[in-house]
Amino acid sequence: MDDLSTIRSAALEAVQAAADLGALEAARVAVLGKKGSVTGLMKTLGGMAPDERKAFGARVNELKGEIETALETRKGTLSASALEAKLAAEKIDVSLPTRPEAQGTLHPIGQVMDELGAIFGEMGFTWADGPDIEDDWHNFTALNIPPDHPARQMQDTFYLPKRADGTPMVLRTHTSPVQARTMLNKDVQKMLADGGSLRIIVPGRTFRIDNDATHTPMFHQVEGLVIDRTTHMGHLKGCLVDFCRAFFEVDDLPLRFRPSYFPFTEPSAEVDIGCSWKGGELKIGAGDSWLEILGSGMVHPNVIRNCGLDPAVYQGFAFGMGIDRIAMLKYGIPDLRSFFDSDLRWLRHYGFSALEGVGR
Amino acid sequence: MKFTLSWLKEHIDTTASLGEIRDALTMLGLEVEGITNPAETLKGFVVGYVVEAVQHPNADRLRVCKVDTGSGVVQVVCGAPNARTGMKGVFAPPGSYIPGTDLHLKVGKIRGEESNGMLCSSRELQLGDDHSGIIDLPAETKTGIPAAEALGLDDAVIEIKVTPNRGDCLGVHGIARDLAAAGLGTLKPAKADKIKGTYQSPIKWTHGYEPKPDSICPIVVGRHFRGVKNGPSPDWLQRRLKAIGLRPISILVDITNLVTFDLNRPLHVFDAKKLAGDLVMRQAKDGETVLALDGKTYELDSSMAVIADSRGVHGIGGIMGGEDTGVRDDTTEVFLEVAYFDPIRTATSGRKLGVQSDARYRFERGIDPQSVWWGAEVAARLILELCGGETSEIVSSGVMPAWQRSYDLRADRVKGLTGIDVPAAETASILKKLGFEVSGNGPWAAAVPSWRPDIIGEADLVEEVTRVHGFDNIPTTSLPRLSATSRPVRDPMQRRVPQARRALASRGLNEAVTWSFLPFKKAERFGGGQADLRLLNSIDATLDTMRPSVLPNLIDAASRNEARGLSDPALFEVGPQYKDATPTGHRMVAAGVRHNMAVPRNWAGPSRTVDAFDAKADALAVLAAIGAPDNLSAQGGGAPDWYHPGRSGALKLGDRVMAYFGELHPAIVAEADLKGPVAAFEVFLDAPPLPKAKATKARPKLVVSAFQPVERDFAFLVDTAVEADKMVRAARNADRVLITAARVFDLYAGKGVPEGKKSLAIAVTLQPVERTLTDAEIEAVCDKIVAAVVKATGAALRG
Repeated sequence: MDDLSTIRSAALEAVQAAADLGALEAARVAVLGKKGSVTGLMKTLGGMAPDERKAFGARVNELKGEIETALETRKGTLSASALEAKLAAEKIDVSLPTRPEAQGTLHPIGQVMDELGAIFGEMGFTWADGPDIEDDWHNFTALNIPPDHPARQMQDTFYLPKRADGTPMVLRTHTSPVQARTMLNKDVQKMLADGGSLRIIVPGRTFRIDNDATHTPMFHQVEGLVIDRTTHMGHLKGCLVDFCRAFFEVDDLPLRFRPSYFPFTEPSAEVDIGCSWKGGELKIGAGDSWLEILGSGMVHPNVIRNCGLDPAVYQGFAFGMGIDRIAMLKYGIPDLRSFFDSDLRWLRHYGFSALEGVGR
Repeated sequence: MKFTLSWLKEHIDTTASLGEIRDALTMLGLEVEGITNPAETLKGFVVGYVVEAVQHPNADRLRVCKVDTGSGVVQVVCGAPNARTGMKGVFAPPGSYIPGTDLHLKVGKIRGEESNGMLCSSRELQLGDDHSGIIDLPAETKTGIPAAEALGLDDAVIEIKVTPNRGDCLGVHGIARDLAAAGLGTLKPAKADKIKGTYQSPIKWTHGYEPKPDSICPIVVGRHFRGVKNGPSPDWLQRRLKAIGLRPISILVDITNLVTFDLNRPLHVFDAKKLAGDLVMRQAKDGETVLALDGKTYELDSSMAVIADSRGVHGIGGIMGGEDTGVRDDTTEVFLEVAYFDPIRTATSGRKLGVQSDARYRFERGIDPQSVWWGAEVAARLILELCGGETSEIVSSGVMPAWQRSYDLRADRVKGLTGIDVPAAETASILKKLGFEVSGNGPWAAAVPSWRPDIIGEADLVEEVTRVHGFDNIPTTSLPRLSATSRPVRDPMQRRVPQARRALASRGLNEAVTWSFLPFKKAERFGGGQADLRLLNSIDATLDTMRPSVLPNLIDAASRNEARGLSDPALFEVGPQYKDATPTGHRMVAAGVRHNMAVPRNWAGPSRTVDAFDAKADALAVLAAIGAPDNLSAQGGGAPDWYHPGRSGALKLGDRVMAYFGELHPAIVAEADLKGPVAAFEVFLDAPPLPKAKATKARPKLVVSAFQPVERDFAFLVDTAVEADKMVRAARNADRVLITAARVFDLYAGKGVPEGKKSLAIAVTLQPVERTLTDAEIEAVCDKIVAAVVKATGAALRG
């Protein structure tokens, strides 16, 4: 009896005293190992009378169970603190920077082209392209700009050597030649004849001989063209109001349509958006000033005729807008020349993340 | 085009405010660019009466004046020699800003005498150059009234932008006509009463060619004046010209300028005594010269019209008169030229000669042909009024240009084209007020007035009605939807541009946009410089040829950045390169350069400079983003000669090049003044074929094997020159059923490997399809792999 309780308290004490898993294992062996104290008790069972053996056996088993539980508990505690110590030793300085990874950026011009595409796409426009190097018929004549028009003079237009057939070649001065190329397309003409509506935008590079603080020899324009049988100036106004409000993200942005003159439209309108200048800072939205942003009008009957369509049947509108300019206005970029300088500080500051607009 | 408010009101009876006029002009298409009023700088300045001017006790040159300012008498010390008792001048009270001296006046003592303001000279008020004394106003001027009023300067100056089609608004009368049509008042008729001549002109007009309606100068009118007295113009005329920035010269010259700006009718006056016989309007002879009124001598050619007498040329038709026969202050006999010149040929001559003049500006936009007749009357009235003398009968030569024409305006056309419902009566009334002769009640026939050469069809009539009725009335009608949902705005080929841009930006490159042109030398170096891609009129030699590759401009951009201390630039551009001038002679390229460090110094690992594999990875990323097939081959060599010949290659689909990549040629790097390697790539966005249009977007069914894949490694010894891609392809194709992947995982040359050889290790993945492979089966496939590699590359399996 005394023997049992002595063994019990010695065993439990040894378990509690074990400082690590090794000591605990030693304690276990001392009690439950082949030569362990409890194992020793078990061995005495064989020499006992059945009754005694039964009673004593139950007590030894109970003791064994109790010690095993104590061992398990102690093992849990010791494992936890061992893990804790290991983790503590593995601590790193997470304030260190990540491995170097450059942040790429997108240029504002492409960004604005994507925005234009999204907004006009929503209005049923599709994207059209054309060559940067044009013949003078597509760039001028088709658009009702006669051979003697000042716009054709050398001081405005970049000329390339004449084509073999004598046709003067130019760098397109606007994206408008794509109007002609599109209307002349046989599939487009068939679609119109079947009662369809042509709606295109033409974002792209344009070129003029201009190189000063506010002009660059290359710049970007977006042309818009709608041709069908019924589109009128009210649609032009609606389309541009819808576009400008969406693009500048000002729901009540006021627009002003002013009569103007372009050879390829009649009537022609210049379009201003409302703005204010407070403390020298431009704010786009209802205000006391107007800012001119684009030229537009109803496509001139001569242009429609030059493009192989009957102006008595077809009509529509066109507009042209400076992409660089609206990018400057929307994103507060002060200087046009810097768009083409590729200065990394500028590209990083005014550029957009690779995922800009995704999911919108 | 500038004019003053009072000038405008000579042509229109109106009660409209300046603000209303400003808004109406802009909404008529005559955009107001600015309104200034000189009275504003003279605010506070009043007419002062010098009650007494006495010698300053302490200064010989100064006077002490008692000045009545209308609101009290103050003492002013004045240094002007003409300051005297009883005169009236312009008084500036203390606190005034004196523009001519850039000073704010203060009360002060000058040599002991108090001075409470200032009497001003013309120069001090920036009204002129005179500083010999203070302004001496007429005695009857009221004391105390604003100086601006006394000086006749209280008159707003309005500047408008006139579009090239509206030559008729390069005269104040035309502007007034538009305003009257828009309902701002009543147009006053121009004063063009016939002035009867009292004698036959001693000088006649003739033509040096047979004048036709479309000749360079179809008609010219003239008139002789005698007994005239020239000299400085009266104040009102000088003031009017000065207000719009013209310098008064003499009455006769000032009259021609006045009529030019008042009625858009350029005129020229000759000193008749300096002319030899009759005047002829003729073509210039090639090489003929004339000394023009601007003091320059011009060499003419036969495309230009000149005015000549028997001695020589005295004017360039429609552009500028000659110096030798111009009027002087002592001129007493005058011959007036009133001509019509063809717009296009005037513009061409002016451009050739490089002369800009108020006359050319107007003739090239088209003046009223009828003005040759009424212009001669208007000018005669003014010359007789201001210079006295008498005038001859009118002389002329030539025929009227054909200006009469009429267009129909369909009743529903304004609404159909603009969406505005303009009442029929208003439509007709607007056109009439603009000078059209209108008949019918819709449809209308509208005869175009002689001063509107820009009206050439029904659409122009619609525009006239619409702009006068008001663009504000155009309805705002959103475009009707073509379909319930919108289609993609870009087609699959166009979509490759944003796909490439985003792929490269997400790989850490910064997008740039650079010029489409570059210097000819660079174009040549990069495989271009064809004659048909050289600009005939470039701005300068650095921008004279269309680029054959996007790279040179990016390389330049990289070196600009390095020069600014912005290190390791990684730039890309998605844009065109040009191979010829045909409509298909350009292609879209995604190109990029990475300079110097790919991995900069860092705590976590070694740094590394860029190499061909950075460029290859960029190119492959673009190709993946734009949907190129994944079975591209990468081969060394074959890249253009701006790449390092041994460290560059092409990505190909069969024989078709999708992209070039590699290190740039060291010579190019050195030329760009860059230190350290440059990795570059060019991906041709149009090169990968578009996927075939299929009826369904559904992808082929994914077949997943239930059995674990097996990976086996092989190490081969092979000649250094053998490309790894060749070995990998050979291994990959050794068993098309079981082998799903093969990749290089080690490359070694050096100790233990014979000279001229390298050790390449590849890992091959076998994917059992029907059941787990037995060792024997795996062994058999491995043998096939080794055999295939050995056969394709001459390699030997390492033991």
